Amino acid sequence: MISVIDYNGGNLFSVLKALDALGARAQVLTDPEQFSGGKILIPGVGAFGDAMQHLRRTGFDTFLREQAQAGTPILGICLGMQLLFEQSEEAPGEAGLGLLNGEVRRFRGDLKVPHMGWNQIEPRPKRRMLAGVQSGDYVYFAHSYFVPASGHSFEAATCEYGQRFVAVIEQDQLFAVQFHPEKSHRVGMRILKNFIEL
Amino acid sequence: MLAKRIIPCLDVDAGRVVKGTHFVNLVDAGDPVEQAQYYDEEGADELVFLDITATSDRRAILIEMVKKVATAIHVPFTVGGGVRSVEDMREILRAGADKISINSAAVAHPELISEGARAFGSQCVVVAIDAKWDHDHWRVFTHGGRRATDLDAVEWAVEAERRGAGELLVTSMDRDGTQDGFDLPLLKAITQKVNIPVIASGGAGKISHFIDAVREAGVDAVLAASLFHFRQLRIRDLKEAMKHHGIPVRTVS
Repeated sequence: MISVIDYNGGNLFSVLKALDALGARAQVLTDPEQFSGGKILIPGVGAFGDAMQHLRRTGFDTFLREQAQAGTPILGICLGMQLLFEQSEEAPGEAGLGLLNGEVRRFRGDLKVPHMGWNQIEPRPKRRMLAGVQSGDYVYFAHSYFVPASGHSFEAATCEYGQRFVAVIEQDQLFAVQFHPEKSHRVGMRILKNFIEL
Repeated sequence: MLAKRIIPCLDVDAGRVVKGTHFVNLVDAGDPVEQAQYYDEEGADELVFLDITATSDRRAILIEMVKKVATAIHVPFTVGGGVRSVEDMREILRAGADKISINSAAVAHPELISEGARAFGSQCVVVAIDAKWDHDHWRVFTHGGRRATDLDAVEWAVEAERRGAGELLVTSMDRDGTQDGFDLPLLKAITQKVNIPVIASGGAGKISHFIDAVREAGVDAVLAASLFHFRQLRIRDLKEAMKHHGIPVRTVS
């Protein structure tokens, strides 16, 4: 069972349908009390500040920290990945979940923002989430904020847009992707499948 | 490298694709799901569905269609046509669309752009601009090209960005349907002034037109309808050619 956290972000439909297409059972959680074991997915739509406020109001922030500590497999998608960090330039002063060290930044300079479209990822070897994914495979991104790549051990894949940033995170049972696997055709579906089959 | 996107545009009316793909082995050429799956397999990077006769009583039919398409494909898609409010946008996004394209309503109520961007993020808000050359500038038209406005297309593009649009879909009315090539001066005038992705539309007739739009006008994505529907050009062939010319594209094995 995969529990998808509903934090008022909006579009859960695509994620749920992708899980369904891969044969995974999924349920939507609007309250931590509804959790009945299994894996957790934090989808990604909306803004950092609003999302964190909603997570705190509903008690999901404490719940997620506890589950991460307990070793429950967690997958964050897009904003759901950024929320795992300590803070974001999108909402200065707003604390993130703090499960990973680092700050989420905004793309600057001559770049077009949002970084929108299909870009290539560079996986590091032997990452469970990236089984079957090749160097240079394209996935679909739609984001204005990013986690800079710094060579940290949790970086499972990176992508280049003006600078190198973190595309996939893997640390013990904590996983995250900056792109949208549910919109990334066969490559994205493979990554979701890897998470389902953990 | 960020790939240049190829986007087929499908016109829908009451949940059915009109002017759909011909000469393809489809059971039902009017079925949006079959069309979407066909283009997904062909390597389309994204799809645009344009509800050409959107009326409020048909909204429910459109929502059903969006849900079915979202179930069938795993690439992003945009829905446009008759979107007038943040609530309209929310309903379509919740049904599984990734982006909403707004045109006439954005001109009438520019705050709709910022409201949509605030509610759902800029990446969900596409502002569609229909432009036509008029003496010394490109004039913006609304209501499917039937109504002239006082807006200058380049200035309107800049304002749409300022208000929070995540992307611009720029259609040249002069070139639309001609297959004479994209309106490069119009597109270039806009890409030089904005810092958000621009989708070129109107005039695609052959491979070199797509290459010119990317190289000379600096667009991020190219859209076409009948050229793909009638299979004058297949997306996989187009992508091979673009790749051969050194343009980054996503190829599907």
